[in-house]
Amino acid sequence: MLNKTVAQLAAGLAKGEFSSVEITQQYLNQIKQLDSQLNSFISVTEDHALATAKAADNRRANNNAGLLTGIPIAHKDIFCTNGIKTTCGSKMLANFIAPYESTVSQKFQDAGCVMLGKTNMDEFAMGSSNETSYFGAVKNPWQLDCIPGGSSGGSAAAVASRLAPAATGTDTGGSIRQPAALCGLTGLKPTYGRVSRWGMIAFASSLDQAGPMTQTAEDAALLMNIMAGFDEKDSTCANEPVPDYTASLNDSIAGLKIGLPKEYFSKGLDSKIATNIEQAIKELEKLGATVKEISLANTDLALPAYYVIAPAECSSNLSRFDGVRFGHRCENPGDLEDLYKRSRAEGFGAEVKRRILVGTYALSAGYYDAYYIKAQKLRRLIKNDFVAAFNDVDIIASPTTPSPAFKLGEKSNDPVAMYLSDIYTISTNLAGLPAMSIPVGFAGGLPTGMQLIGNYFAEAKLLNIAHQYQQQTNWHQQLPTAIQA
Amino acid sequence: MALDQTDVEKIAHLARIAINKQDIANTTEGLTQILAMIDQMQAADTDNVEPLAHPLEMEQRLRPDKVTETNQRETFQATAPATENGLYLVPKVIE
Repeated sequence: MLNKTVAQLAAGLAKGEFSSVEITQQYLNQIKQLDSQLNSFISVTEDHALATAKAADNRRANNNAGLLTGIPIAHKDIFCTNGIKTTCGSKMLANFIAPYESTVSQKFQDAGCVMLGKTNMDEFAMGSSNETSYFGAVKNPWQLDCIPGGSSGGSAAAVASRLAPAATGTDTGGSIRQPAALCGLTGLKPTYGRVSRWGMIAFASSLDQAGPMTQTAEDAALLMNIMAGFDEKDSTCANEPVPDYTASLNDSIAGLKIGLPKEYFSKGLDSKIATNIEQAIKELEKLGATVKEISLANTDLALPAYYVIAPAECSSNLSRFDGVRFGHRCENPGDLEDLYKRSRAEGFGAEVKRRILVGTYALSAGYYDAYYIKAQKLRRLIKNDFVAAFNDVDIIASPTTPSPAFKLGEKSNDPVAMYLSDIYTISTNLAGLPAMSIPVGFAGGLPTGMQLIGNYFAEAKLLNIAHQYQQQTNWHQQLPTAIQA
Repeated sequence: MALDQTDVEKIAHLARIAINKQDIANTTEGLTQILAMIDQMQAADTDNVEPLAHPLEMEQRLRPDKVTETNQRETFQATAPATENGLYLVPKVIE
């Protein structure tokens, strides 16, 4: 049962093969048994889950159920959940009980989904390895001495080890796609504005985007049908019609033109990952796709531009954590300034403070034009590269990460080496494009991912291609052996 | 651009983050490393390029100027470190 996809669980629930309470209880048992090895959950909401599962079963008995009513899922602990601890992986919010519900988690609630708990994450989503969480590092279920990827590493580890059939994640520079690649999952970062950011704790507001982390593209489509759509409460949300993402999964991809950006296959790419991508592209060619080399000439500028824009927005967003209205407050502050400075110094971890300082510097008098405005200009150049490429090709394929999961602690003392793990994913956040990662093989026993980048609002096309690939291959069905039941 | 410890103290003050004397050297080194990476962007020619702030270049949506929220002071103050009579308590700053 625990190895079923969301689609299979939904079918079983519809046929009455099992109840939501039964499957929820099984996942809760599995979490109890295995999560001490992974640390993928910050909070397990057992009572809430069982009560919701019971309500879902009642809805089904009364013929009032939707497709996913009764399906258990886990939420990244960045989504505010009313009355339930919401920490964002930080000491600053270690005891914060959110007083409202995020739009994304509300939509899952309305659909009758069951929340199993809140998953571990890099503090305020800042990190590429899930080692910056105040609640401790998450382990990669394929090799427990390796990182699962960040910042949605708790969601990735939980789904990969079948502690949850699916989970939500958020992606500011690759935080859905990178952990999905490193744990062997399907992860989709939708177009910026496709999914509401309301009630999702902000890191970098012009880059953050929520999306699904699942075993298959079909499951990602099912979750997108719930998550996507306009939200009055989020002024950055796009008011565009939402398609049924499952409707086009079986479309033929014959005639599809795939662009391979030469800049993504050069120095620094693990050779086994390159081979895996090559073979995955061959599978797509067998299905009738054609391949063309393209150039995204400004790729080298994405990393520096990102590490100005994201910290600048983070320094602004995180100024709300001042020890006054909520969150951590230091003991015996001398005056107001001491309260701010010590509460923030004690509440934030090293990586968060580092990024706030970089952002503060980039926005400070005398440096704003040289850093912030310059980075926003590069952002346009990067976007223009993609716009030009999509005149020639339907989608772009690349590796998701330059290497498979690295060892815990390996890059902790070198921030720039750590930032390079997101080298292939950050450009699409700067441009606001949708992109996903799907499993395409292994390197040294660890999963590797292929990234598919689509044009604006082309999520259905990405899911279609990924689904067609997954009909031909079984990389997405492999199970980690490192965790011991 | 290389930073010295005085720069870092100034930035930390602007960011309202206390830094211990013993951490300043490490912090300075980390920030200098990151700024060296960021400075690669200065080589790019961006003359006549308009900055891009919103990836979809959407304009800010406006709504009618009507009160839509209800007062939830008690709910929101339940998560505060210290309150009294509906107000947030902070340290005394005026003698």
